[in-house]
Amino acid sequence: MPNSKTAIPFKGTAQQHEQLLAVIERYKDQPGATMPVLQEAQEIYGYLPEEVQIVVAEGLGMSLSEVYGIVSFYTQFTLNPKGDIRVEVCLGTACYVKGSGEVLARVERKLGCKAGKVKPDGSFSVDATRCIGACGLAPVMVVGGDVYGRLTPDDVDGILDKYLKA
Amino acid sequence: MELVRSHILVCAGTGCSSSGSEKIIAAFEASLKEAGLDKEVKVIKTGCFGLCALGPVVVVYPEGSFYSRVTPKDAEEIVEEHILKGRIVRRLLYQETVQDDNVKSLNETGFYKKQLRIALRNCGVINPEVIDEYIAYDGYQSLAKALTEQTPEEVLAVVKASGLRGRGGAGFPTGTKWEFAMKQPPGQKYVCCNADEGDPGAFMDRSVLEGDPHSIIEAMTIAGYVIGADQGYIYVRAEYPIAVKRLKIAIEQARAYNLLGQNIFGTDFSFDLEIRLGAGAFVCGEETALMTSIEGNRGEPRPRPPFPAVKGLFGKPTILNNVETYANIPWILTQGAEAFAAIGTERAKGTKVFALGGKIKNTGLVEIPMGTTLREVVEEIGGGCPNGKAFKAAQTGGPSGGCIPAAYIDTAIEYETLTALGSMMGSGGLIVMDEDNCMVDIAKFFLEFTVDESCGKCTPCRIGTKRLHQILEKITTGRGTMEDLDLLEELCHHIKGSSLCGLGQTAPNPVLSTLRHFREEYVAHVRDKKCPAHVCKALMQYRITDACKGCTACARVCPTGAISGKVKELHVIDQDKCIKCGACMEKCKFNAIVKE
Repeated sequence: MPNSKTAIPFKGTAQQHEQLLAVIERYKDQPGATMPVLQEAQEIYGYLPEEVQIVVAEGLGMSLSEVYGIVSFYTQFTLNPKGDIRVEVCLGTACYVKGSGEVLARVERKLGCKAGKVKPDGSFSVDATRCIGACGLAPVMVVGGDVYGRLTPDDVDGILDKYLKA
Repeated sequence: MELVRSHILVCAGTGCSSSGSEKIIAAFEASLKEAGLDKEVKVIKTGCFGLCALGPVVVVYPEGSFYSRVTPKDAEEIVEEHILKGRIVRRLLYQETVQDDNVKSLNETGFYKKQLRIALRNCGVINPEVIDEYIAYDGYQSLAKALTEQTPEEVLAVVKASGLRGRGGAGFPTGTKWEFAMKQPPGQKYVCCNADEGDPGAFMDRSVLEGDPHSIIEAMTIAGYVIGADQGYIYVRAEYPIAVKRLKIAIEQARAYNLLGQNIFGTDFSFDLEIRLGAGAFVCGEETALMTSIEGNRGEPRPRPPFPAVKGLFGKPTILNNVETYANIPWILTQGAEAFAAIGTERAKGTKVFALGGKIKNTGLVEIPMGTTLREVVEEIGGGCPNGKAFKAAQTGGPSGGCIPAAYIDTAIEYETLTALGSMMGSGGLIVMDEDNCMVDIAKFFLEFTVDESCGKCTPCRIGTKRLHQILEKITTGRGTMEDLDLLEELCHHIKGSSLCGLGQTAPNPVLSTLRHFREEYVAHVRDKKCPAHVCKALMQYRITDACKGCTACARVCPTGAISGKVKELHVIDQDKCIKCGACMEKCKFNAIVKE
């Protein structure tokens, strides 16, 4: 998965910083605190840029390289902000055998945005995800938290139009 | 609990929630209130019924009417007709339950008849967010009995005698695992639960956690009593928000009833649980990697021995079992080891839950006695492939498993038989494929997954899987040679033999099993430059046949302008311009466009 450093300037607020410090304070004496702290940090900021990793590293008494090593290891942690509307197409086995590859291709074409990327204006991001567990509805995609199942590539344009106009 | 005349059970598992069951619950509650029946009729959210393909699913008791694909509007109708006037809404019934003028019980339908629900016993039956409902179904009884009447050795003896084997994939005897940890000198020990269900296409563990979280809490507490641990961790995928939420509620309720915490049932035994979330790394399903991750590090595996039972989490003796394994424990202890051992085969006792998906009519969750044949699962329970297509293969074990071809459909499902066919039991994903699936493409799909998920610690897995994927890419784009097939096989054996953990040791299985059972498909790609299933884009083309009426629909939809032709005349595709997107074929109303 592409997980390179972001070029987008960091726009964290003082309030977010306070929240993060509170999270670190809450976990720092527990064994294995790094993962829960990073998970909550990502909830606060939406992603984990270097600026946030530095605060976590200092707060937990670790080196930045250790924190970066963990962040870059797990696919759920992202170094890049996601789009305002996230489009996730499931590429789990059940969806794949029912043609979700074609659905993804159609999404990429419609939005002009490849999987793993964000549109330059930050409006949409497209991701190919692992199984989201709705195999009974395969193939499935999730747009801004709404689940769409039993898709054909032809359904894609109509669904995305709703979000493009909004 | 208050007494009511009817119960409306609405499935709130992930499958049905994705198809809108929250809105249906709200619609039922609103309609009942409007009819003044909200005190008489109770709406209950349950875990998964299994028939996800028919979701959202609603069952009304005492009649047991099974409604499928219910919409909020239908919910109003059910209240109006069924609840208020006592007339079952036949239009919405699961049609399998309707026979002539009678309504059959769900257990007589093809989907449920051959199933036996032990691990899923409470899923779709109780409200997972109310501990009293679990207790009413004999919940926490085996914990009470263990703590107050049995020694740890006696409990262990029952687990061993049941013959229960791990449901996470490898099938190691559970009792033996517990015994290793029990025999370690007293001191800090841990009980862990592996709920990092990474196999794409498998959702058994999630359904148990969503539908019956207390059974896992009870089983882990019993395990703690047996091995002498006072702390447990449940490592669950962060992608399962509903499961995590219900688990949190369940742990809090158990603490409030002192079924977790200090001096449980007034004994000297204390035990507590914590949830740890994964972060999307498949390798963390491997036991040593999972523990490294709980410790807060990169989830990389470490060599064994020492085994976790000796030196596990934070360097202390630890047992790690899968969710489904734990779900069996309370049943075994209340019903007895003999009852469990009576189910299944000589080598595999009890049942196994499978997530049935892919090209099959009844997608969903099924629990079958060990030894049930693949044919019974695919044809009777699953209802066969849709659209009259021919069954080609079943994939089990996910990225670690393999494909079982149609010729072996009468194989009895148990650990050893699947391994002998080059696949494995795995955690329980069972993906059905039909004639339209290309087996080389499927092998490539899984290798893409393992390349992505290899943690990078050991070279055979990190580089070997990448090379396997490159060779498959070469074959599927028509550049393969016959020597490549031998190279694939040789490389597979090297990776299997020299990788550090289970991920690398099993990663070549999808390639090996398809090479073994579908070699002719590989040969077709390499020698004839053809993809028999018309999946691999470089090896197929779209062509317009004489059936073309010249309606121009295809030419208008083609994104590259590759189709030309006059109105009412035969159209032609310029193969140099065609990007093989298939848009024309979907658009054609006359089935005049074919893949070849």
